[in-house]
Amino acid sequence: MLNVIWAVIMIISVVCGIITGRISEVSYAAINGGKAAVELCISLLGSICFWSGIMKITEKCGLTALIGKLCRPLIALLFPGLKANSSAASAITMNISANLLGLGDAATPLGIEAMKCLQEINNDKSTVSNYMVTFIVMNTASIQLLPTTIAAIRAEHGAASPMDILPAVLLSSACSLIVGLLAAAIGNIRYIRKHCHGALKQPI
Amino acid sequence: MTNFTVYIIPVIIALFIAAGLIKKVPVFDSFIDGAKSGIPTIISILPTLIGLITAVEMFKASGALDMLTAALLPVTDFLGLPAEAVPMALLRPISGSGSIALLNNILGNCGPDSFAGRTASVLCGASETTFYTISVYCGAVGIKKTRHILAASLISDAASAFFSALAVRLFFS
Repeated sequence: MLNVIWAVIMIISVVCGIITGRISEVSYAAINGGKAAVELCISLLGSICFWSGIMKITEKCGLTALIGKLCRPLIALLFPGLKANSSAASAITMNISANLLGLGDAATPLGIEAMKCLQEINNDKSTVSNYMVTFIVMNTASIQLLPTTIAAIRAEHGAASPMDILPAVLLSSACSLIVGLLAAAIGNIRYIRKHCHGALKQPI
Repeated sequence: MTNFTVYIIPVIIALFIAAGLIKKVPVFDSFIDGAKSGIPTIISILPTLIGLITAVEMFKASGALDMLTAALLPVTDFLGLPAEAVPMALLRPISGSGSIALLNNILGNCGPDSFAGRTASVLCGASETTFYTISVYCGAVGIKKTRHILAASLISDAASAFFSALAVRLFFS
């Protein structure tokens, strides 16, 4: 999917740049885009390592297991059939708690860990499983409780009360998360039906 | 409220370390152990970011983003999104750092407490960088067949744009 999207974005940019006469800007962006990515990675390196370190402490002292226990009903609802004490379930719960706390940089390595655990129990290694669909869609919708970065930018521009957007952010997050999960679930149910249908047909 | 929020991250760090001490965990050794695992994570993400950020920069520079915004005006009008916040709805799923830069731009032009400024802020806080998340997570386990992940995520992003404008109307008028 990303293969197609990436190619389309690149080609449209060049064609559009030629038509609008902004090809020199496009050329500049093509040469400097990689540099921007490296700069971003270097600035992220410190905080990712830092949060990975802090998260290791929480893991060793059993805090992860505690949060996992609190999240169990939610996991059972979103990932039916996934064993509550499996390594996949614990990585998912840690990813959820890091996301809730707004530790985006910590959530990513935990999410990657969860994906690796889910891949181990995946029947078709080249295609995402239903669990992975639910998990990734959940991660593409923001579940952060406190939008601290945005409040900081708002404060910089002289907002009367930078955090006054919080109720609106939470409402919008919750609603769009529910819509995303429903869309994922509908696709998952259709996939199961198609699969079961095929399985029934084969012996005949 | 702002004063309260600055406490959160430092207090969480202190609480986690205190919990480690109580449980007699060698906290600094554990920290180093975990921090090491951050380096390969970053290195594995770097190629993806180079590809995506370059594409987004080129897309913006070519004027294609402006054209897309103009073309989508009927749809975004229907969703109740102010015109100034439309580029945010488009860029948010593609680029995290890009949308932070864009938010800075929109708040500078419209003011942080205007309808467009608030909607852009809420939208930026209520959604995630969809394409990055999908590519990093699927890339980490080497999966290319993503089924309906992108469709479901983009439906969620569209819902986020709609609900952000709606929530700002609800709470601020």
